[in-house]
Amino acid sequence: MIINHPLLGPRDSAEFVYLGTADLMNRPDPDTATPEDWHDYAYLRDNPAGTHRELWFHDGGDRSILIVTRDTITHEISAVELALKTRAEA
Amino acid sequence: MTPKNRLDGGQIDRNTTLSFSFDGKQYTGHPGDTLASALLANNVRLMGRSFKYHRPRGPMTAGSEEPNAIVELRSGARQEPNTRATTAELFDGLAARSQNRWPSLKFDVMSINDRFSNFLTAGFYYKTFMWPAAFWEKLYEPIIRKAAGLGSLSMQADPDDYDKGFRHCDLLIVGAGPAGLSAALTAGRSGRQVIVADEDFRMGGRLNAETFEVADMAGADWAAQAVAELSAMPNVRLMPRTTVIGAFDHGIYGAVERISDHLPTPPTGKPRQILWRIYSGQTLLCAGATERPIAFNNNDRPGIMLAASVRAYVNRWAATPAQRVAIFTNNDDGHRTARDLHAKGVKVAAVIDTRADAPGAIDYEVLSGAQVVDTKGRLGVTFVELKLADGNSRTIECGALGVSGGWNPNVHLTCHQRGRPQWNGALAAFVPGGTLPPGMIVAGAANGAFSTHGALKSGADAARKALGLEGRAPELPQAEDAPVTQTPFWYVEGCSRAWLDQQNDVTVKDVKLSHQEGFRSVEHLKRYTTLGMATDQGKTSNMGGLAIMAELAGKAIPEVGTTVFRPPYTPTAIGVLAGRMRGTEFHPTRLTPSHYWAQERGAVFVEVGNWLRAQWFPLPGETHWRQSVDREVMATRASVGVCDCTTLGKIDVQGVDAAAFLNKLYCNGFAKLAVGKTRYGLMLREDGIAMDDGTAARLAEDHFVVTTTTANAGKVYQHMEFVRQCLMPDADVQLISTTEAWAQFAVAGPNSRRLLQKIVDPDVDISNDAFPFMACGNITVCGGLRARLFRISFSGELAFEIAVPARYGDALMRRLMAEGEEFDVTPYGTEALSVMRIEKGHAAGNELNGTTTALNLGMGRMVSRSKDSIGSKLSERPGLNEDDALMQVGLRPVSRDDKITAGGILMRADGPVDAAHSQGYVTSAAFSPTLGSMIGLGFLKDGGVRTGETLRLVSPLTDLTVEVEVEVVSPHFVDPEGERLRA
Repeated sequence: MIINHPLLGPRDSAEFVYLGTADLMNRPDPDTATPEDWHDYAYLRDNPAGTHRELWFHDGGDRSILIVTRDTITHEISAVELALKTRAEA
Repeated sequence: MTPKNRLDGGQIDRNTTLSFSFDGKQYTGHPGDTLASALLANNVRLMGRSFKYHRPRGPMTAGSEEPNAIVELRSGARQEPNTRATTAELFDGLAARSQNRWPSLKFDVMSINDRFSNFLTAGFYYKTFMWPAAFWEKLYEPIIRKAAGLGSLSMQADPDDYDKGFRHCDLLIVGAGPAGLSAALTAGRSGRQVIVADEDFRMGGRLNAETFEVADMAGADWAAQAVAELSAMPNVRLMPRTTVIGAFDHGIYGAVERISDHLPTPPTGKPRQILWRIYSGQTLLCAGATERPIAFNNNDRPGIMLAASVRAYVNRWAATPAQRVAIFTNNDDGHRTARDLHAKGVKVAAVIDTRADAPGAIDYEVLSGAQVVDTKGRLGVTFVELKLADGNSRTIECGALGVSGGWNPNVHLTCHQRGRPQWNGALAAFVPGGTLPPGMIVAGAANGAFSTHGALKSGADAARKALGLEGRAPELPQAEDAPVTQTPFWYVEGCSRAWLDQQNDVTVKDVKLSHQEGFRSVEHLKRYTTLGMATDQGKTSNMGGLAIMAELAGKAIPEVGTTVFRPPYTPTAIGVLAGRMRGTEFHPTRLTPSHYWAQERGAVFVEVGNWLRAQWFPLPGETHWRQSVDREVMATRASVGVCDCTTLGKIDVQGVDAAAFLNKLYCNGFAKLAVGKTRYGLMLREDGIAMDDGTAARLAEDHFVVTTTTANAGKVYQHMEFVRQCLMPDADVQLISTTEAWAQFAVAGPNSRRLLQKIVDPDVDISNDAFPFMACGNITVCGGLRARLFRISFSGELAFEIAVPARYGDALMRRLMAEGEEFDVTPYGTEALSVMRIEKGHAAGNELNGTTTALNLGMGRMVSRSKDSIGSKLSERPGLNEDDALMQVGLRPVSRDDKITAGGILMRADGPVDAAHSQGYVTSAAFSPTLGSMIGLGFLKDGGVRTGETLRLVSPLTDLTVEVEVEVVSPHFVDPEGERLRA
């Protein structure tokens, strides 16, 4: 696969480490979260046949974590964002 | 002397004669020959034995789809099994051998299997070798492997190199037949970057095998002219001998280039093969088509070949399989072979055409509406038996039979993602369908354009489409455009021992049997009969099997569907997939700064991840590793030892929010750590399980140095980046790994301070008051060299870790050894390090094993309840906090000579020994020279209150009979109060 890095352009996926769903960015609020919220965050994962937002760590590159929107059936990548920037702007 | 079956003409260089051997017998051939063409020219039809029945076999094809002529090439370490004689390029001195026969190809003992064929039908192994299970490994499998084998391995390391490479292009053209060359000329003339890959050593595809004219010259000449024009274009890269083996995501193609397979040995500095990763904008698949056979009884005898392959041997290689050849066809293409044979002076015994309205001929007999029903000939066909249109029988003498059942487009690469071939009724064949790999266009015969004109036109059109070229279409050279119709004719009525898959010995009878036994899905048929599962992936056999299955089920072929192809297109050597990553180059080797010094000292090294670390330093006279390790431990505890601990991960954390960041990462508090202090920290995973431990030293208000275990350095860094970028994006904190930047040595033992005092600069005070336990700081050593000093201890002794820029590591180690002479300073390796940490009760990888919590590790109270940190919430789960939770304990054998085994299971002193009564397990064990016995660390249910209890240690996986009585003790075997640390 080729991931179009927002800063570095198209890079081979071999340079990246897959970190899992982008939902991992939504860590429960420790002050208000219930045990169920923590359980869901730690253990429950969607397994969609289709669009999936996921984190890729540019281990062999600039160490950015990217949010990649990828179709799990075709591997087509429709969007790539920097996790840090996306998160800070949210 | 010209070999018997060598004809005139052909694309071989008769000025050079090559000698080669097959099964020890010498033959000659010419450059341009394949092993198969040269053998046929020498009147050798028999080239192998079949997989299951050991039936005599010869080549069926003239290309990479070959199921039968599988041979062993070369000898010694370069011996290469399972090579197709039809693609092996001849070179002088080539030594080839047949496979799967004993004692000889002509007399093979195992051909007895053929007599028992009634028993060896589909599913024979499944049905027969079912019971008892233990017999599989010991009895059945070795026998089956011996009987049904392919080639043999040399059992020596491959002496050749294999490489990997990367190439980029706007347009990748797979296949250089008429469609591929036409596309390449169109694309090349446009100036775009083009790669043309073809598996053959001579580009041109079928043009080289046919007598058609293109633009008023021989097709092969036109192809050579096109190749010459393309070679002159700087934007076109021609890659002959290159097989595109797979279509991967986003326009990436895998291709194997055989650089030196056609040479006795690779030229100096050249690899044998290269695996290319080709990044293409667009791809044209011009892979052509494969002829399909017709099944009839005993259709597998040497000399029975595909008709167009006979034609290829005759036209391209000037080699005929026999002096008298018959043709069996259901279509016009078979007649071409007859015409070409006749033109070359080979006797055409007859053309047997299944169609009642077959075209006639003047020069030879055409039998319309006739069929081949059986053949004769022990080691090669001698007679074919016919059923004529009027129902009468007839026998024809011939040394070869060309069979044509029509053509199947080579859709292989279109299936590598989600493509599903579609049935084309007019061609009676599957053509590319479903979703093709993005960016792929299929042209020429691979897309069902079977005429030469059709191929040239579709290639040019596809290239224009792929590159978005505007303007008038280029003029195409004149070429034949015969209409192609194919009517299905898969097998001769009433046949049974008629081979569909010749490589895996699957007959019409097997397919019928599998249907009878209820295998209805095409995928089930494939697995039960093994149809199409050989190394040729059923290129010549799948279609026939599917058709028979459809007929038996009373369905149309498209309803039955087809199996799909997976990479690689043709068998690929493991060596080229590995490339240079063999032996010690399987992964990078990281050397510590003191490596060369340690080598001089005669250290024994151990691989730790990618690192090579000194394991121990044997002295003269020490014959057993334990002697060295015990000495290193005792010397360190008595005076001073030095160990290179550079491999521990070091991560620099800087920024205003660095303390807050570490406070989130570690389960224990870091916010209030004073500048100049170090703290032990435990990181949890979010699910509450311990992830890694280490220290964090605060060098300044906004600057920490974090250490990780050697094994987890990469993983912890990644985790820290995740927390920084995904969970704390607003924090002012930056990370960088400095593991390689600093050489770091542990200096441990009661004399460690005295030793360091000799090298630190005079203004640096490292007395106990000025630099107490857990202090840290930036200092200078050896006259101004910047260094970092940490007063931390893994060994349990008074100890320091000193770090200098990595390039000074070797010099610092030598200085420490020189200055330490007066204290008998002792270098120690990872074994002594491990013994001392077990003696001290420090957890390491064995304890931080991905299942243990802070509570299990005896650090339950370390998890701060007053702040949120990663994993803190889920570590409070009731399931992880039960009353009898596993707790880390120390273990000593009651009888001091007994052995403690890591991985052993703890049982109560009495009661049953079984999994249900397990009390815990041993994680680490070592001989402690300090205590004079083996000691262990382990996890024990409710271990915190069981000190003094005697348990039984069992190890059913290693030895059922051994039980050792062990006593539960504190895990801190040495200096439990920590007085030495603080001295």
